[in-house]
Amino acid sequence: MAQTGKRPLSPHLQVYRWGPHMLVSILHRAMGDGMAIVGALLFLWWLGAAASGPEAYQSFVGIIWQAPDSASLSVTNWIGRAVLIGLTLAFFQHAASGIRHLLLDTGAGYELKTNRSWSVIVAILPALFTAILWIAIFWGAL
Amino acid sequence: MGSGTRLGRVRGLGSARTGTHHWTMQRVTAIANLALMVWLIVSLVTSDFSTHADLVRWLSKPIAAVPMALLAISVFTHLRLGLTVLIEDYVHGEAAKLASLVALTFYSWGGLIFALFCIAKIAFAGVANVGQ
Repeated sequence: MAQTGKRPLSPHLQVYRWGPHMLVSILHRAMGDGMAIVGALLFLWWLGAAASGPEAYQSFVGIIWQAPDSASLSVTNWIGRAVLIGLTLAFFQHAASGIRHLLLDTGAGYELKTNRSWSVIVAILPALFTAILWIAIFWGAL
Repeated sequence: MGSGTRLGRVRGLGSARTGTHHWTMQRVTAIANLALMVWLIVSLVTSDFSTHADLVRWLSKPIAAVPMALLAISVFTHLRLGLTVLIEDYVHGEAAKLASLVALTFYSWGGLIFALFCIAKIAFAGVANVGQ
């Protein structure tokens, strides 16, 4: 940096008033990259166990969900289920936000009020979808 | 080459010389991911895959194996593009950035080939295994 005089600085994140569009923007990245690592590795573990045979698959199910010969849940089952719930929330968040981006790509939704209301919907809807999905799953299991 | 004007040859390539390929692929795989992930979630929720035989019986059918393979291709393409941007944005040192991008290449291609091999193995050997 040769010139360090009193030149105007580019405004950075903290000078802007926080809004829903900023929240869904960073959530989109966080959820997407989270799924890219945690979700993809779990997907590969699942397929790898299935392709390795009944014992490997039983061991996978026993670690993540519930051992077939056990009536109660182990510590890893609780962690596994929490990760699965987190992944579905991440999926719904990233999908809703992704649909918003596809619509924005068409040139629509840049009016301030429209942009704000889409962002609020994208922030709230995924939590609702996740709750409905998991209530349905555990309702069926009970 | 030799065909077209100079302008015609560079149009759409931009300053990075790779043009809009990344942007387009990100969106095309996003649409595919959306459809295929809804299929996967519906399949997992509506079926009981707690035993190996149940899963293999399902995944050995073409109607399940083919979408699963397409899902793997679309997801690993999409995550490679997404993580590439993450690295480009947040990893600033040239050496660290290069190493991260190489690691990502290995991860995304290794993961994809692993997934496709597993799906193919179940699809081609599945019926014989379950029949026992």
